[in-house]
Amino acid sequence: MTIQQRSSVEISGGVHTPRQHDSAHKHVTGSAEYIDDINEPVGTLHAYLGLSERALATIKSMDLEAVRAAPGVVGVLTAADIPGENDISPSARHDEPVLADGHSAFYGQPIFAVIAETRDAARRATLLAKVDYEDHQHHADVVDAMDADYPHVTDPLTLRNGDVEAALKGATNRLTGEMRIGGQDHFYLEGHIAMAVPGEDDEVAVYSSTQHPSEVQHMVAHALGTVSNAVTVFTRRMGGGFGGKETQGNQFAAIAAIAAKRFNRAVKIRPDRDDDMIATGKRHDFHVKYDLAYDDDGRIEAVDAVFAARCGFSSDLSGPVTDRALFHADNCYFLPNVRLSSRPMKTDTVSNTAFRGFGGPQGMLGGERMIEEIAYALGKDPLDIRKANFYGHEDRNVTPYHQLVEDNIIARIVDELESSTDYQNRRKDIIAHNSEAPVLRKGISLTPVKFGISFTATWYNQAGALVHVYQDGSIHLNHGGTEMGQGLNTKVAQVLADEFQVDLETIRITATTTGKVPNTSATAASSGTDLNGMAAANAAEQIKTRLITFASEHYGVPEEQVSFVPNHVQVGNQLIAFPDFIKKAYFARVQLSAAGFYKTPKIHWDRSKGQGRPFFYYAYGASVSEVTIDTLTGEYHVDRVDILHDVGSSLNPAIDLGQIQGGFVQGMGWLTTEELWWDDNGRLRTHAPSTYKIPVASDKPAIFNVELAQWSTNKERTIRRSKAVGEPPFMLANSVLEALSMAVASVADYRQCPRLDAPATPECILMAVERMRKA
Amino acid sequence: MGIAVRSEIRFILNGDVVHLSDVPPALTLLDYLRLQRHMTGTKEGCAEGDCGACTVLVGRLTGDGLVYESVNACIRFMGSLDACHVVTIEHLGGLNDRLHPVQQAMVDHHGSQCGFCTPGIVMSLYGLWLETPKADAPLIEKTLQGNLCRCTGYEAILNAARAMGDTDNGGDKLVVTHEAVRDRLAQWRDGSRVDIDTSGGKVLVPGSVDDLASILEAHPEATIVAGSTDVGLWVTKHMKDIAPAVFINHLNELQSITETPEGFTFGAGVTYSDAFSIMARHYPTMGAFWDRIGGAQVRNMGTIGGNIANGSPIGDTPPPLIALGASLTLRKGSASRTLPLEDFFIDYGKQDRQPGEFVVSVHVPKLPEGEDFAAYKISKRRDEDISAVCGAFRIALDDTGTVSTARIAFGGMAATPKRAVAVETALIGQPWTEASVKAAMAAFDDDYTPLSDWRASAAYRMLASKNLLMRFHLETQGEKVQVSRHDNALAEV
Repeated sequence: MTIQQRSSVEISGGVHTPRQHDSAHKHVTGSAEYIDDINEPVGTLHAYLGLSERALATIKSMDLEAVRAAPGVVGVLTAADIPGENDISPSARHDEPVLADGHSAFYGQPIFAVIAETRDAARRATLLAKVDYEDHQHHADVVDAMDADYPHVTDPLTLRNGDVEAALKGATNRLTGEMRIGGQDHFYLEGHIAMAVPGEDDEVAVYSSTQHPSEVQHMVAHALGTVSNAVTVFTRRMGGGFGGKETQGNQFAAIAAIAAKRFNRAVKIRPDRDDDMIATGKRHDFHVKYDLAYDDDGRIEAVDAVFAARCGFSSDLSGPVTDRALFHADNCYFLPNVRLSSRPMKTDTVSNTAFRGFGGPQGMLGGERMIEEIAYALGKDPLDIRKANFYGHEDRNVTPYHQLVEDNIIARIVDELESSTDYQNRRKDIIAHNSEAPVLRKGISLTPVKFGISFTATWYNQAGALVHVYQDGSIHLNHGGTEMGQGLNTKVAQVLADEFQVDLETIRITATTTGKVPNTSATAASSGTDLNGMAAANAAEQIKTRLITFASEHYGVPEEQVSFVPNHVQVGNQLIAFPDFIKKAYFARVQLSAAGFYKTPKIHWDRSKGQGRPFFYYAYGASVSEVTIDTLTGEYHVDRVDILHDVGSSLNPAIDLGQIQGGFVQGMGWLTTEELWWDDNGRLRTHAPSTYKIPVASDKPAIFNVELAQWSTNKERTIRRSKAVGEPPFMLANSVLEALSMAVASVADYRQCPRLDAPATPECILMAVERMRKA
Repeated sequence: MGIAVRSEIRFILNGDVVHLSDVPPALTLLDYLRLQRHMTGTKEGCAEGDCGACTVLVGRLTGDGLVYESVNACIRFMGSLDACHVVTIEHLGGLNDRLHPVQQAMVDHHGSQCGFCTPGIVMSLYGLWLETPKADAPLIEKTLQGNLCRCTGYEAILNAARAMGDTDNGGDKLVVTHEAVRDRLAQWRDGSRVDIDTSGGKVLVPGSVDDLASILEAHPEATIVAGSTDVGLWVTKHMKDIAPAVFINHLNELQSITETPEGFTFGAGVTYSDAFSIMARHYPTMGAFWDRIGGAQVRNMGTIGGNIANGSPIGDTPPPLIALGASLTLRKGSASRTLPLEDFFIDYGKQDRQPGEFVVSVHVPKLPEGEDFAAYKISKRRDEDISAVCGAFRIALDDTGTVSTARIAFGGMAATPKRAVAVETALIGQPWTEASVKAAMAAFDDDYTPLSDWRASAAYRMLASKNLLMRFHLETQGEKVQVSRHDNALAEV
């Protein structure tokens, strides 16, 4: 279909339609290009990292002679070879070297890089290094680190409201407890990779698998000792990110760029999966300690809780991650008297980083444990405790950070899900089943989610887009967000199609690059569509305004009589095909290109006071999970899951559904089979899919019903009243852990909270069953 | 020695015939495709055969003719592809450049997000489509056990897989070319030996089992490569030099399954996939157990002989085979010997195999009438995981309900796959009751001192092993005591 034949009734692929991912046909044919698939420039060299083999040590000497002499090796880089700053810390704390300089901060830290004619030659040569270490006592675990009085890697935060001391003293009921929450490897299918191509003077082009091209640009410039305008970063797509490529790509990009400039040849670096998992950060493990007061109806009177995180050796994003944990410890519940404190602990492990939810899941899971404790202590269904504590609408609506919850829809979501899933009857049936089942016990749980949307670093909430309309009416779209599978490009293109009222096929999505849209924020915090969609719409509005002015003047009609209708422009009585209209505008010398911009309104945050409105709005959802456990082995199965989730007015229901399904299963993996295990030497031993087990197809809930809350719309003026969807569904998996917990609790007739830690591996379940048997 | 010798391998890559003489032993199919042929549709996700991003189909001649199987290109060596048809994502397409029905279904049902796992998933589903275009959920999930996706949560992929048989594609390339390819591969299998001194060392592809025996006598230091699901990692993860390498996965003589009145003899080269139907049909619980060995790609490549010969304490096949009383036949030169399987495992990393000797076959007795048998595997993740504990139980009762014989073997509990002699002794002569079982559970402490590692703690391994004996007892009493995937929910929607 040519542009001329397009419908004047309805555009194809506008907003609120379930369009395919824009690269779907390329994904399925293997023609979607990832960085390792790009044709390498002639003479491309390959870099491979040499990793430390000690957790905490002084590197007394590195003998790299044999490495340099190995076949195919062109050179070796150490800290001394970094022309600019040996630092890639995104927190500006200067605590994260590109290559370690005389000091090993964790087992697996990059200490040198080999540059060779082939990747295989570079990799083999790393084995020839002779490194002499002087070991120091290390602390890999968060509790060990606290016991050893280790420092924080960044400033902790405390959120306060009410009078927690008085409320705890005067408690109707009081209990204390602890919980351990494991970390998580991102396991993006495409590992980290960067390719740098040297240019003239100090210029370099970097192809990076990153969620944050602008930060890669800045880090590369610092490491090279030059300025940002010398560095251009390109990211067409990532094979998954999940937060693991928000800051962790910096190191690879910096090394590739340094080597490219040093040897004046293109340099590609791609670690093996094991090295990727060992040398790059993960979701933070948490230890949560809580002191609770509640009345006889289960209503919370006070919460005093400390959230300590294994941050690793450097700050990275641990500050905002632990902040976000505190922001979500309340989940949907009003805490009248509250003190929530973070402890971002330094540990002698890889520096932990962003991961879908960004501390929110750990905070929320800690909060849900408290609900569960109250329920078991009072002998009630945890759902009843939840409902008793939901935020109110007019009162009981202040969060621990003093933002008012103004868009609260959790009660409706929970009520609808409770009824559509027949939760109450199923729970009764399960309790009856458990009373007669010798080995296989079942559990069911309904848990809610409220997730705050916006970067808590307020300045991050800005975005740009660059839109060109060419003479033939085809449109070029570029924006600051990055595509990692979440369908961001598709959604933004849908917004643009809707703005211009042209078919989606009119719009070409192009690689994110710092040369087109500068000073972008990471594609993170679920904000990609909210920010970039708005920026693209702003660009379109600018062009449309010029076009309307042109049409009004050229055709002599009032501006109100010029409108963009499907694939055409209506000018008075005249209906002109979009390309024809654009051609006329070009000849009339109308500027057909615009840079759009957006910044999120209303938000502010004073971290020193712990008060403000860090979030523009909240996304909500709830899930019911039903599980079966084997009390002889601890094995289990997720039998059924039902989800009702709020995405406001969905820009693309198909993509949103995929985010919810995928987020849930990823969350379920975090809480069940995905276990990070360090040995006594501080060495991560689960560093490949053979040892680290993410869900496979047969782990997906056997029955898996996911619905969007069709009636929901965003109260705030977001792009087409949609809501962010990337992170919130991850926490819907909390109901899996709690359902497992209920099944375990059945062994002791539900008299005691099983205090199941995460991840609840079969071992964890069986050991909890044993505890219940002895209770 | 009158055997003809070639200095090249011959295979078909998609639509092209390839003759390759520089085939270093460690050259993987994935590196060949991506680095030498610049065919980048096949992705590297893990380089250890666990994620499936590199899934391709390999067509090979078996006793049943030409079959196409999904395999992991990352741990498949080029030397093992003589007289095979390699099919990659680049070959997949429909008539008139339209998408293949598998691809179209993936697009229609939103089966891709980041897209990096997608070519591998499409190839796994394509392999299924060729056999069973309209598959049910359990078969689809079994097909995809070896394909990780981190984005979708699999629901959309399963929807696509259920729909892929709805559109007909009579123009499928592999269907159209089946006979021509079969004939070409058959013509290439001329019984000659491949012997190449490559840039990475010697590659040997024997022309026959007798030829293998003589090659190994001449090169007793050689690495024998069958399915390469273990040896592959020696190369991709440990960068070991495996030269000289002898590839044996094409030897049909080692792939026969022979039935006698007493049992079955499996050639050492029989893959897990090829052994499945016999295992499932003749040995209780072994169908479900077998389906949990690796993922589909690993089962298509990995062999029973390899799983035994590598001597891993956590291999899945030795415990059930030992419990069944299997024996192993090895050959060196023209001399063969047979020993009880359990005697083959001497210590960690040490097996009773001499240099130049190779595993020929394993003989598995049939389960005598009236005896009870079960094999269980415990792992963090149900599918495509390595055992924390793997246990197999076999008992016979006399007329009075007393245990007359007991054979129990475990993996993951000691440095080798090992029988639980103390537990067996505690059971024999006792009535097969819960009380006897409880008493015998304590004897595990005499048999095993397991380790703690990332798969499980010693305490869990011990407790779970004891409880597996109880599970076995309860199951012999007709109780349903295992979680299962498709019939747990009390109520369907």
